Amino acid sequence: MGPEILRDVSFQIPERSFQFLSGPSGAGKTSLLRLLFLSLKPTRGLITVFGKERSQITRRDLPLIRRRIGIVFQDFRLLEHMTTYENVALPLRVRGRQEASYRSDVIELLKWVGLGERMHVLPPVLSGGEKQRAAIARALIEQPRILLADEPTGNVDPTLARRLLRLFIELNRLGTAVVIATHDLTLMEQVEARRMVLADGRLDIYD
Amino acid sequence: MTEAGATGPAQRPEAQRGAPPMRPRQRRTAPIVPPQALAGNALVLVIAIMTFLSCLTLGAVTLVNDTAATWQTQISREATIQIKPAEGLDMEAALAGAAKIAGGFAGVRSTTVIDRAATARLLEPWLGTGLDIDELPVPRLVTITIDPAGPPDFAAMRQALTEQIPQASLDDHRNWVDRLVAMARTTVTIGAGVLALMLSATVLTVVFATRGAMAGSGHIIEVLHFVGAEARFIAAQFRRHFLVTGMKGAAAGGLAAAIIFLGFSWWSSRNLATPEGDQAAALFGNFAIGLSGYAGVLVIVLAVAVLTAATSHITVVSFLSDLDARQSDG
Repeated sequence: MGPEILRDVSFQIPERSFQFLSGPSGAGKTSLLRLLFLSLKPTRGLITVFGKERSQITRRDLPLIRRRIGIVFQDFRLLEHMTTYENVALPLRVRGRQEASYRSDVIELLKWVGLGERMHVLPPVLSGGEKQRAAIARALIEQPRILLADEPTGNVDPTLARRLLRLFIELNRLGTAVVIATHDLTLMEQVEARRMVLADGRLDIYD
Repeated sequence: MTEAGATGPAQRPEAQRGAPPMRPRQRRTAPIVPPQALAGNALVLVIAIMTFLSCLTLGAVTLVNDTAATWQTQISREATIQIKPAEGLDMEAALAGAAKIAGGFAGVRSTTVIDRAATARLLEPWLGTGLDIDELPVPRLVTITIDPAGPPDFAAMRQALTEQIPQASLDDHRNWVDRLVAMARTTVTIGAGVLALMLSATVLTVVFATRGAMAGSGHIIEVLHFVGAEARFIAAQFRRHFLVTGMKGAAAGGLAAAIIFLGFSWWSSRNLATPEGDQAAALFGNFAIGLSGYAGVLVIVLAVAVLTAATSHITVVSFLSDLDARQSDG
């Protein structure tokens, strides 16, 4: 077991809230997001997700809970053999839904994130910003109750970063709680939102 | 909470200015598990080769097994009376007498006197053609076809023969049969051992080749896991993909082996009356794999395909377990 990355961290993500999770590189932002996404178990402490304590969540429950959490990975994690459309539709496909039942929703969402003309393109052909938006669209397709985004503007220019931020704000307006992990101060200055700052394993919250 | 310049689905933040109109979808939905060009082809090839070798081994063992059984039954179905020439012996009468005596025993189906011409043909390989059999003191034979289910009393037959025809001797092939049975058993045991080794090698090769082909699939399993796919869904996708891969390779290998078997049968039937054919027939009996051989090939093909699918299933399940273990280590 390595050193403790996070300690004495206590917070709540209210429904429909919008917050930034910031802190220097290596402060534990990604680890905290992974804890919230249930892809990491805490060595000690309590995490309650949608009213259920982490230790009570079995492997069988995980897929069902994850369907209510959207996540945007820093490295996108798009499947390279699938088109943008197929990548975005993947969460619905793995639930066994027929394509006819979700096709128009996926196309609508792709248009919303500005990938309407890139939906039949494979990820290697997409630019960094386009991949980022495809990853965001995939996280949103199931209309999650909470969206976790890890450095979603890390690979894009300031103009695109602002556009992505607008997407998150609009999503939040539609009812999804949003947590954006970033160390981009310029981005945070554009929105007055709750800030959770991680430093030396501790968390300070500025409402 | 405040925000700047928010947009909604209806407003479309990224207007497609100047972009060409949307084209209809041009391809079928990509499979969840991608067709792996290099690793997939290598796996199909490895499976095909191992299945081919396993089927050939199975065919060879079946052939040896059938041949050993044939040797045994053919020889135990016959006995021979040999009558040596002697001064004043009426050979033809002695042959007829011996045939009559033997034919009187229960368990004897028929008796055949090997006539002069046939005897000359039997000796031809040693003495050449144009042989006048009357000039040589050649022993003559009576073959007795016996009922293998209820063989006659050979001791009584031997006694009856020697009492009436002192020059006659009965050979019930007992020594030959015993030796051949021992040899056949050894051959079949060795064959079964070789087949067991071959099948073990196939199992191990297929398992490791499948795992090798799946080595690059970790990120796919991870993404599927993170977008909310259940473990059984992920496992089913990989199982289906590798069942098809395994089936392709195994069918190709099995088919190649079956073609070889058919080729040998065809060659054997074409050369039925030629020296080469006789040589092969002498060694292997009827050089053809029976229905059981082809059924064995089918079983191997199916087993290899199922093994490939099962290996991919176990690999996915263990990968997901490792993923959870890593989570708790974190």
